[in-house]
Amino acid sequence: MRLPTPTKSQPVRTEQIILFRVSGQLFAVSSASVKEVRSVDTLAGAAKEIAQAGLRKVRHIVQRGEHSLYVVNGAMHFGLPAFAPALVFVLRHTRTALLVDGIEKMTTMTRLQALPQAFCNDERDWYRGVTAIDQTVVPVVKPEGFLTPDELFLLDSSLQPKASDSAALDSAACDSAASQAAGGPPSVFEGGGLESTSTTNFPCEPASLKATSDAPVDSEAGTAPLGFKGADFAPTDTTNSPSIPQ
Amino acid sequence: MSPQTDSESFVLLRLAERRFAVAAGDIAELVAPSRIFRFPHHTKEIEGVILRRGRIVPVCDVAARLIGKSLLSRRFYLIAQRRYTNGTEWIALPVTGDCELIFAEMIPASEADLPHVLGWLSHDGDVIEVLNLNALTPGPSPAILPAPAQALHAQEALS
Repeated sequence: MRLPTPTKSQPVRTEQIILFRVSGQLFAVSSASVKEVRSVDTLAGAAKEIAQAGLRKVRHIVQRGEHSLYVVNGAMHFGLPAFAPALVFVLRHTRTALLVDGIEKMTTMTRLQALPQAFCNDERDWYRGVTAIDQTVVPVVKPEGFLTPDELFLLDSSLQPKASDSAALDSAACDSAASQAAGGPPSVFEGGGLESTSTTNFPCEPASLKATSDAPVDSEAGTAPLGFKGADFAPTDTTNSPSIPQ
Repeated sequence: MSPQTDSESFVLLRLAERRFAVAAGDIAELVAPSRIFRFPHHTKEIEGVILRRGRIVPVCDVAARLIGKSLLSRRFYLIAQRRYTNGTEWIALPVTGDCELIFAEMIPASEADLPHVLGWLSHDGDVIEVLNLNALTPGPSPAILPAPAQALHAQEALS
């Protein structure tokens, strides 16, 4: 009797993410979307204040070579209470530098669930989806969602023509030459500001996970939806997380 | 012949002192309250999400719209299926009391009724609203979605 040839199981696709906090709230971003992580102190000399009345979340601009980055206050963007940011993420393929409290940890997600369709406002532009990490649901931010095309237009219009720059930042990706050419201090992950870690180089855009609307997320053992056959009082934890003002 | 031949099944849910009904076919399960995860968003009807059977399920407090005040306490989450143009998703509705499966005949809503009223049924001397979750809970474009009963009839016609 011949045993069937064992089929090779498909490797689990994963995506490396950075868990970070803004005003205490936990978010995730694909590490491939983050070009640099800097201490806010290292930006202090390079940032120029801008007064854009219609966009309170952007107060500073950083000139990087011939490109400009808008510094977005994460708390104002998400409508969270004000906080004192410690780090700034320079987001790849955007003109956004995002102010955050700090990094919680770097980890890996195996599944990304599309944002439920019940969420039907701005948040659809903010998040790629949601994932579950250690039994906690974390929204995964969309790097391009921090500044809409309209907001970029508004910001560009408010700048003098010389400083205005509508070209997309860092299409060359992955090289940090621009920052070094601009004379900026090394990024956090490049050894400046904070203790460097082994994660010196962020991967150059590995394939991202696609958000799925019904993908199970690492949590309870999944089973098919139940028809109503009477109440199903499955044991669940009853602790409530502190509420976040919406 | 059984007296329930022409009846449909509904789940009665309680919000404070009032009871409402949802077509039983739209209900997935009834679960004890679990941890709600909150994150920033602008959909005011949605409180947050819960993890259930590997899915991330939004929690929608419909009490404010149905009885004029949000629930201070909740006993269960009634997990229902909410239809969208491109499929269905689970949504968790906080309720304040036990739910009950009943069989009753539904009188379809009239034009004068609110959009979230799918119909009416009579049970234990009460007249109870049957809810149209597509109109009651937030979503991209509730107006163009079929009501559960219409969708059911469409499915039956296809089968």
